[in-house]
Amino acid sequence: MQAARRYFKSFASGFVVAVPVTVTFLDYVGYVARVEGASMQPFLNPEDRSFNDVVLLNRWSVRNFKVNRGDVVSLASPRDPEQRIIKRVIALEGDTVRHTFKMPGTRTYKNRYVRVPSGHFWVEGDNFRHSLDSNFFGPVSVGLVHARASHILWPPQRWQRIEPSLPTDRRPLDQETIDHLEEQGAVTVPKT
Amino acid sequence: MFSSRLRAAAWKAAAVVGYAVQYGCIAHCTLEYAADFIVCSGPSMEPTIHTQDILITEKFSVMLKTVDVGDVVIARSPTNPNIFICKRVAGMEGDKVCLNPGSFIKKYRWVPRGHVWLVGDNMANSSDSRVYGAVPYALLRSKVVFKVWPPGDSGSLRGPPQEMLQVLRTLKDTGGSGAR
Repeated sequence: MQAARRYFKSFASGFVVAVPVTVTFLDYVGYVARVEGASMQPFLNPEDRSFNDVVLLNRWSVRNFKVNRGDVVSLASPRDPEQRIIKRVIALEGDTVRHTFKMPGTRTYKNRYVRVPSGHFWVEGDNFRHSLDSNFFGPVSVGLVHARASHILWPPQRWQRIEPSLPTDRRPLDQETIDHLEEQGAVTVPKT
Repeated sequence: MFSSRLRAAAWKAAAVVGYAVQYGCIAHCTLEYAADFIVCSGPSMEPTIHTQDILITEKFSVMLKTVDVGDVVIARSPTNPNIFICKRVAGMEGDKVCLNPGSFIKKYRWVPRGHVWLVGDNMANSSDSRVYGAVPYALLRSKVVFKVWPPGDSGSLRGPPQEMLQVLRTLKDTGGSGAR
């Protein structure tokens, strides 16, 4: 009887310590998550594999909301607050981004070029055809960013550190081109 | 003799650090997932909330998605993720909101999926969804339930001002009866 009570007391006190410490760790440091979907192919979840990649999500590196172009980040979806999406950062606030129209009837801007407003960024999935990203819902608030994917942990053959890298056709435009486009009135500046 | 006292002191120090970490984590979890004290600054929620007022906010409504039109919420600013804004919810996703209730020719907007429309009670002096558009729901952080300072003006918050009732035509008159 006494032993059982002591056991439960130590279980409860261990619980009271472990839960807040673990939750705080997950909030401040990071955790591990499995990537679902094909929107980041071929970089994540490539087609020739039958199971999904597992990535390390680093919360500490985004605690000040500083992200770089080319980072792979996890963010809350602007269309569904309970869903997390994983995309690549293509452009930051102040950048001018070439907008790739995908389907008629989606939220589109008048011009092909968009100026990313302050406090926002532009994200895209590597898989152009299967990604619901900024090309669909426009620039996204940086406040929605949740973590930076720093490593692919599983499967072991794909273990690697994720370095920021932009697809060759999504590199930032040079200032001359931007000035030229602005003169032509080809850049949409959203009203923020 | 000396080394055993040193070891005892080291164990004590470790225990202190352990307790500090444990209670620090409990504090983090409480403030992050349960309730929070907030000090506001700015004129955009007058007369409901003034600068230097201290508020108690809770996170459950946001997490359980029971936030509704008329609630005063704290959210991350869509234009600067490092600052927070305090506004009233004037529309949920799918609602039709009016951008300029005072004008003769009214302009309307649909609140997109996954977003809310935030307006400051001091509508003449507030930078809110009328300026930066609908705010993604995931930026919401907590709902204000109580004002604790100043003591003369404390208690649950007032309801929305008359002007705001016209922003969303079906906005119910929340908190107006008996709360203040």
